This record gives sequence, C-alpha cells and structure tokens, in this order.
Amino acid sequence: MNDDAQLRELVPAVIGVLVRRGADFSSAEDAVQEALIRALQVWPEDPPRDPKGWLVTAAWHKFVDAARSETARQRRELVIDAEPPAGAVPAADDTLRLYFLCAHPTLPSAAAVALTLRAVGGLTTRQIAQACLVPEATMAQRIVRAKRRIEGLPLDQPGDLATVLRVLYLVFNEGYGGDVDLAAEAIRLTRQLIALTDNDPEVAGLLALMLLHHARRDSRTGPGGQLIALAEQDRARWDTALITEGVAILQTALARDRLGEYQAQAAIAALHADASQATETDWVQIVEWYDELLALTDSPVVRLNRAVAVGEADGAQAGLKALAEVAPDVPRHAAVAAYLHERAGDLSQAADLYAEASHAATNVPERDYLARQAARVRQGVRR
Amino acid sequence: MKYLILKHYQGGPTPAVDYPPMDQWTPEEIDAHMQFMRDFGARLEETGEFVDVQGLSPAGAFIRYGGQGRLPITDGPFAETKDVIAGWYIIDVDSWDRAVELAGELSAAPGPGGEPLYEWLEVRPFMGAEAPKTAE
Repeated sequence: MNDDAQLRELVPAVIGVLVRRGADFSSAEDAVQEALIRALQVWPEDPPRDPKGWLVTAAWHKFVDAARSETARQRRELVIDAEPPAGAVPAADDTLRLYFLCAHPTLPSAAAVALTLRAVGGLTTRQIAQACLVPEATMAQRIVRAKRRIEGLPLDQPGDLATVLRVLYLVFNEGYGGDVDLAAEAIRLTRQLIALTDNDPEVAGLLALMLLHHARRDSRTGPGGQLIALAEQDRARWDTALITEGVAILQTALARDRLGEYQAQAAIAALHADASQATETDWVQIVEWYDELLALTDSPVVRLNRAVAVGEADGAQAGLKALAEVAPDVPRHAAVAAYLHERAGDLSQAADLYAEASHAATNVPERDYLARQAARVRQGVRR
Repeated sequence: MKYLILKHYQGGPTPAVDYPPMDQWTPEEIDAHMQFMRDFGARLEETGEFVDVQGLSPAGAFIRYGGQGRLPITDGPFAETKDVIAGWYIIDVDSWDRAVELAGELSAAPGPGGEPLYEWLEVRPFMGAEAPKTAE
C-alpha cells in the first residue's frame, strides 16, 4: 500500500513531463494511466531503480504508440518528430496546474472528482470506480467526457483554488469502497497541495478539518454500521495524534490572519475535539465561530447548525428562536427541530419531528438512527 | 440464478399482521430488528449468495414523455398510501426454492414484541432464472 502511494505520487509530475514535451493533457494522461497499470503489474517482481524515469519512458512510449496509430492526426506526428526538450518549468508548478485543470469550474462535481483522483491522485479507473460504487465502464466514460470538456484549456493559467478545495472535500466525504480509502487519499492530496500553494491558509484549514474529522471516524459508527451521535461517541477512541496535528496546522493557518470558511469549520471541529467529555464542549466559542462562518458563507446549512450550537450555549428556547430564521426546506431541518424540542421538554412534538426527519433521511443509517430517536423519545426515556 | 427480493412500503397482498410504523416501536425492538437485518445480510455474504442491497427514498414519481417540445409529464410524488418500493435484495442462488426459503427468513424479521412481521416480500426471478409455476 505504501509502495502504491509512492508510485501514485509520481503521476502528476510524469503527466507534466509529457505535456512539456508537447503532448496534450488528455493524451498524456491516458498514456500515464497505461504506464501506471503496467507498473502495477511489473514492479512487484521487478522494481525499477529510477521509478520516475521508468514511468516517464513507459508513458512516453505509450503516447508515441497511440499518436502513431492515429495517422490522420498529422499535427501530433510533427510534435513527436520535433520532440522538444523538457522546459525549465519546475515540476511542482505542473502538479499545481493539474489540480486546477482537474477541478475546473466547467466540470460537473462527479467528473472533477474522478479526474482529480486519476490525474492528480494516480488511481486507476478501476480503483476509482470501486471507490465510487459505479461500474468501471461508467467511470471510464465519465473521465473521457470530463477530458473532452476541458480540452484546449490552457495549462499555464492560474485556476480557482476554491473549486479545487471543494473537489478535495467531496473526495474526502465520498467514503470508501474497494481497496481505496478516499478519505485518506483526499488527505494526501490536500497535504501535497499545501506545499504547492506556499502554505495557503485555506488549504491548511481544509487539511485541519479533514484530520479532525478523520480522527473521529472509528467512533462514529457502531459494529453494525449504525450512527453514533457526537455526544455519545467514545472519545477515548478518537485518534489523538491526528487531532494534535490538525489543531497545530489550524493554529498556524489562523495566525496568518486570512480567515476562510474551511479554517472556521476546522475551528469548530477543533473545539469539539478539545472536549474530553461532551458536557465540557465550549459551545459559546462554537457559536462565535458559526457567526464567523455565516458572515463568510451565508449558507442555510450553516444557519441550521448554528441553531444547534445556540441551543447548547443559551438553552433550547434560544436554539428554537435561531431555528425560526432557517428555511424549513433545508435538509435535516426536522432533525434539528426534533432535537431542540426534546431539549425544551416538548417530547411529543419531538417524537413526531424525529419520525418526520426519519422519513426525509437520505441514507439508511441516518434513517434508522432517527427512527430509533423517535422511538426513544416516544417511550419517554431520558438520556 | 439471480432473484430480486422486493420490499414494498404498501401494496401486495393483504398484510398477515398489522403493526405500527417503526417510530412507534420501542428502541429495543428497533435494535433487534436492525440486528436481524444485519445478520441476514452477513449470512448471505458468507454463503456466497449476496449480490446487492439497496434502500429507496419514499419520495418519487411516475414520469412519461410529454410529447414533442413539451416537458415530461409527472404523476406524483405520492403519499405513502400508494404501492411504493422500499428497497431490495438481489441474491444469486441455485434454485427458486432457495430464493423462497431466503425470502421466508427475511420476512420473519422481528417487530413489536419481538414477534415476526410476516411481511409480504415480492420475489422476482431475473430473466433466465428458474421461475415459479403459475398459481391456479
């Protein structure tokens, strides 16, 4: 697995070499993918002395073969014949440009996720398909169409960092299927991006957020996959090394005084991580961070989560008052309303709202969790 | 041979027993039900008969072509009183009889009081799989 990650780390740089030698992005990416699949077959038996050189040579041969077989494409033949020497552009810039290209704003989210995982992450189409739970042929086609969409876009222009971060966060939340852990992959790619962006505070904020969430992963679900709410999690199972790292990265980022939404979200996650028991959570500070977050995003989902925090900091009535400012069609509105009504002692309304929230849930573990909450409140059992 | 075991929210033959919606069970009854479902899925994987399991959101609609230059026609979404599919298992087994056996097990999932739900499940052979004899 470790070797595999080292191999994949080389992929964006190798694509960059091919592009500088005159290959277009799409063909270069295809050639590197083929070389990568070959490497995964050959390397375990016969590891190369210079992995990157091996990949560059293999990918270049694949590219030349592919280009020669398309004799109609005279222009590309010329490019090959000329075979310009590698330019002076440092490889790090190539990799950064790939991030921008693969998360280009013109791409639909699912396509950007797939392309990023392939060209920047160096995963094979099969691995991406397994991780995203779609057939391999579907994923292959999704990648082909994504590449067609960004065809001809210049590789040498600065892109939109915000869309890159959004795509990486999507990868993080995609979960895991097959043998690839997409959350861990998102963390690796975000780590790499920090170095490429001169420690941009929002990139650091996103990494901190991911680490702080990842630290809680094992305690978030029970043995059968059932959800365990934050307040009920066994905090002894939280990964303290990840928390320490996440908090340190966040503090460095905040010190640069360029606050953004990921730093604010990470700050909230850090305050949760800081409480050794749920009852010790500093909800007053969390509300302050939600206020910052709201000023930055004006997002209805943030407004909804803020209502929960207000309910904890200032009491259920204050929370319900904050909830009244949130549009009722925001996802999970009923679940938050149920929680606050239960805290306010209005059990029968809380039970009805939990049942309503269960019907509106968009995944099975959440649906089951909310149905059980409804049953628990109906029974009049107190925590 | 592949079979689809369909679970409906409503519809199918008249229910064998009446039981309230899950949010009116006790938490322990829900836990027992969930545990049964997990064990059933785990057993299928162990025997090499598991293919897929999915749950569907109750909100959905019927859609049809609306004619040239027009938007599609939508019928729904419906309240849960109409026949709505709740989810399915796909199993890969040796015979129709085995599919029936498994559906029978699944239908015994416990409900209120730990009693079996006796829930009707629809079992449909994939094309090419052994089909039941038509009922008289």
